[in-house]
Amino acid sequence: MTFPLLTCLGLLPIIGAAILILPVRAAGKWIGLGFALATLGLAAAAVPVYLGDPTALTQTVPWIPAFGAYWALSVDGMGLTMVLLTALLTPLVLFAEWNITGKGTKWTSQAFAALVLLLEGLSLLVFMADDILLFYICFEATLIPMYFLIGGFGGERRSQAALKFLLFGLAGGLIMLVSVVGIGSFSQQAIGAPTYLISQIGVSLSGGSTWAWVLMLCFLAAFILKAPMVPVHTWLPTAAEEATPGSSVLMVGILDKIGTFGMIRICLTLFPVESAAIAPVMIVLALVSIIYGALAAIGSKNLLRLVAYTSVSHFGFMVLGIYTFTSVGLGGTMFYQVNHGFSTAALFLVLGFLIKRRGSANVADYGGVQSQAPILSGALLLAGLSGLALPGMSTFVSEFEVLAGSWSRYPWAAIVAALGTVLAAVYILLMYQRTMTGPATPEVEETITTDLTLKEKLVAFGLAAVVIILGLIPNLALSVITPTAQETLTQIGVADHQAPLGEEVPA
Amino acid sequence: MEIGTLTFDATGLYQYSWLLIAIPALSALLLLTFGPLFDRKAHWLGVFASCASCGYALALFYAMLRTGAAERAVDVPVAEWISAGSWTVSFGLQIDQLSILFALLITTVGSIIHIYSVGYMADDPRRRRFFAYLNLFIAAMLLLVLADSYLTLFVGWEGVGLASYLLIGFWQHKPSAAAAAKKAFVMNRIGDLGLTMAMFSMFAWCGSVSFADVFAKVDGIDPGWVTAIGFFLLLAACGKSAQVPLQAWLLDAMEGPTPVSALIHAATMVTAGVYLIVRSNAIYALAPVASVAVVIVALVTIFVGAWIGCSKDDIKKVLAGSTMSQIGYMMLAAGLGALIGPVAYAFAIFHLLTHGCFKANMFLGAGSVMHATDGDVDMRHFGALRKALPVTFLTFACGYLAIIGIPPLAGYFSKDHIVEAAFEYHLGVGLAALIGAGLTAFYMTRLLVMTFFGKARWVEGVHPHESPKIMTIPLILLALASIGAGVALNAWIIDWMAPISAVAGETHAVSWMPTPIGIATLATVALGVLAAIWLFGRCEVPSTPPQTKNPLVIVGRRDVFGDVINDTLVVKPVMALSTAADVVDQSGLDRMWNGLGKGTLALSQLTRKVQTGRVRSYALVTVLGALLVGVLLLIGQLG
Repeated sequence: MTFPLLTCLGLLPIIGAAILILPVRAAGKWIGLGFALATLGLAAAAVPVYLGDPTALTQTVPWIPAFGAYWALSVDGMGLTMVLLTALLTPLVLFAEWNITGKGTKWTSQAFAALVLLLEGLSLLVFMADDILLFYICFEATLIPMYFLIGGFGGERRSQAALKFLLFGLAGGLIMLVSVVGIGSFSQQAIGAPTYLISQIGVSLSGGSTWAWVLMLCFLAAFILKAPMVPVHTWLPTAAEEATPGSSVLMVGILDKIGTFGMIRICLTLFPVESAAIAPVMIVLALVSIIYGALAAIGSKNLLRLVAYTSVSHFGFMVLGIYTFTSVGLGGTMFYQVNHGFSTAALFLVLGFLIKRRGSANVADYGGVQSQAPILSGALLLAGLSGLALPGMSTFVSEFEVLAGSWSRYPWAAIVAALGTVLAAVYILLMYQRTMTGPATPEVEETITTDLTLKEKLVAFGLAAVVIILGLIPNLALSVITPTAQETLTQIGVADHQAPLGEEVPA
Repeated sequence: MEIGTLTFDATGLYQYSWLLIAIPALSALLLLTFGPLFDRKAHWLGVFASCASCGYALALFYAMLRTGAAERAVDVPVAEWISAGSWTVSFGLQIDQLSILFALLITTVGSIIHIYSVGYMADDPRRRRFFAYLNLFIAAMLLLVLADSYLTLFVGWEGVGLASYLLIGFWQHKPSAAAAAKKAFVMNRIGDLGLTMAMFSMFAWCGSVSFADVFAKVDGIDPGWVTAIGFFLLLAACGKSAQVPLQAWLLDAMEGPTPVSALIHAATMVTAGVYLIVRSNAIYALAPVASVAVVIVALVTIFVGAWIGCSKDDIKKVLAGSTMSQIGYMMLAAGLGALIGPVAYAFAIFHLLTHGCFKANMFLGAGSVMHATDGDVDMRHFGALRKALPVTFLTFACGYLAIIGIPPLAGYFSKDHIVEAAFEYHLGVGLAALIGAGLTAFYMTRLLVMTFFGKARWVEGVHPHESPKIMTIPLILLALASIGAGVALNAWIIDWMAPISAVAGETHAVSWMPTPIGIATLATVALGVLAAIWLFGRCEVPSTPPQTKNPLVIVGRRDVFGDVINDTLVVKPVMALSTAADVVDQSGLDRMWNGLGKGTLALSQLTRKVQTGRVRSYALVTVLGALLVGVLLLIGQLG
């Protein structure tokens, strides 16, 4: 048996979290960062293996034979890029929130590191799971560390925010449980033996039976709650407002991606017939999210809520890309997931640096920061430009792909969604105008006395550099993502959109 | 062979033409990152980068002149860019007769303005940033015109938008500047929708957005869609080139430092819309309806711009109105290209080049006036500046004579061709273009008289003084261009642009002597000049704007209601909706879910006696239990 790289990758941060239960005191955050970096190293090591042979990483061990459950891990292009995103953002968050302390004595930076590592490990397992039961268990388990991250390290109303996060998560999990149980019995009917292996079930359940609809809809409901789409998104702005920016990065940048990830990995792959039938509904929901999220962001009076709303809008784009059923749109969504992770991380963290100085997240408490902290304002503008998908940044490539894919099947949807890009310019530049420009207010002059520190510069400009490099050389990611998108369409038997006057694609 | 030894080897120059863009881009990056190390000399790096790019463009141009006409246009592949499944986009540059003219305009006028800015921004503590943004603009603008596909063009297109945003809002401490910058960016984004939708249509039909592919396959696209693409591109052009209905941002953009107004909002960036339409001539050739729309937009803008130019007292806003109007002439020619014959495309580019020279000349002159009057822009506070600022006056006068079209200055030739082409298409369009020329003469004469003639109406404490040499030498250079560019380019440019502007086998004779239409134009111009002198030159100009009941003046002072319309139709509804969304979200949707949660909790109170009633602990116990069982089973399997 070859070296179980993916298993180690998933378990290493969890082991790190377990070690951090020990009273290691001051060494805690160093141990945490060490494990996060080691995980990043393992994730990086997976890349050449995958490029050599995409199936070489796959590992399948029988787990509960009676149920047909397996300890099965594998990655495709989408999984690999999500793994890399997670492995990159985790050490970055630990580094950015280096001196974090929560309210009360037990919420130390050591506890923070332990929770972050646990969250990382479980998220990685979700992104690598080839078994629905394993996917489900890790999906549910991610709620625990995130709950404590919000409730332990947040603002004044953190308890309510954390509870709301948990309840929405559990509601989704409960609905999904119906499907998970159902998969067991229906796979027995379809295949002859119960199995939870995604690769084994394939499209065998899709089409023909009402039960397939029930199973798909239950999965979809859970993912809609997770992704979050309007109108079940309200837990996200509340949680983002109360959580520390580092936790929000993990929540919005990684955890919520399980929603769109699941739509592709489970709904689309296992139930293509039902997914295609429900596509118009999902596209309308996506458009509502895009426009509503953008409008709410423009109207938002709180900086962290604002970023959360922009993410609601961005998740709308991702869902739109999925349900275009084109390789361009689907690949766009897969790339969007990664870019949005970096872009939102930059926005949350830079705003976090700003809020830490001023002691308030209210837009109205700012004005003229530019003259006090020009580098900070430059970093915020860069992060903002990645949020409004400026060409030259990776977010542009993915947004363009989603819109182009959507245009080729539903031009009306693309037009509505494209209006979201105009609104994006408004919410970013209005936020920048209100906080950074104009004469500095006396309170701002008093509180914002220092520009970014070296550590903060590394975080902010490091993220910006990633977004720009991926924008100039998007094929770094697209070279694995695009084939995955095309294979997904082939597996589910959907003909990709071809331009009538396009080049003949050699068979 | 003798010719062989003389032949200039151009392959290498073409090969590395990406350096044109890379040099200013790298300089911008250096200035922003390592600039603080050499803050006080940093602007010279910016000047050097622009001049280096200019040198490269000149060398490339020379090489093209030495090459046979058939081999001049070269597509230089640079790198793979996006592989998206159904289509791929590679990054490449198209060096041809059209793009090199733009590259020359951008880099020469750009370099002159860089040098001027060294003096103009001398006292600004953030001068280094200013030069970084100027370099960024040069790089993005060159990318826009040298790109070989619409998507690469779009990177430059939004890149110049970003540079424009940064430079309009350069004095960020002024709320008006910050608001103007945002307005420009957002209005341009609306225009950009047109370009993206055009590209989506091209991908959907041709599977490609490279110029070569799209133009080769345009015959096969459904005619309705070709027209749609023509309209989409027109929308994009309206945004970038401040054409009605997306014109309102340009007046506010005058908040930026004056060299920015000269470079970006007069000579180069705002003409990108004209470039886009001329570049897309293959599409418009099959979309006559869209071409007519271009002509209509152009005519409306010629008058709206002139109207604003006639009514404003702010010297920069008069020039901005004039810029709109003049770009309207270029758009008119670009629209006529598909309607009367491709030679009109050459006229559009000809006027674009001469306008780039004389408008930059006049903007920099206005900057020199502001420099002399402590930054004042109100022409009612000027007067009699010709003696205090002799160089500024003389150079400005060259630009003035050029724009109103006095032979043999630059504007005469370039505008006359467009007016004649307009008459060739339609009598009404021709008359409109003719009247526009008269209006141009009127508002420019008004500007000249109010600024340089009459009695001094200077604000107390203002002592006008001529600008330093670093500012006047650029003025002189641009004045020379305003004088000579018309004669130099008149016959040449139509030959040069033959691949676009000539129907194979036909040659277009260029007039040097005034035709009857040319004489009529000159007469209209003379009327405009006389009217302005009669109105503003005879009596004293009041130093505050007089109350007026003249509806033309009232409407003109309010920018022909550009802002009012935008605010009523777009800005206020969007802001109201966004406030509503925020309220609905927190007081409506969120409360609803909270209520649902509370209801559930209330239910659980009933069973409280036998259970703890804490949802949290249930949840945690359930999930932890599931995890534990899972792990135990896995360990059992592995063992």
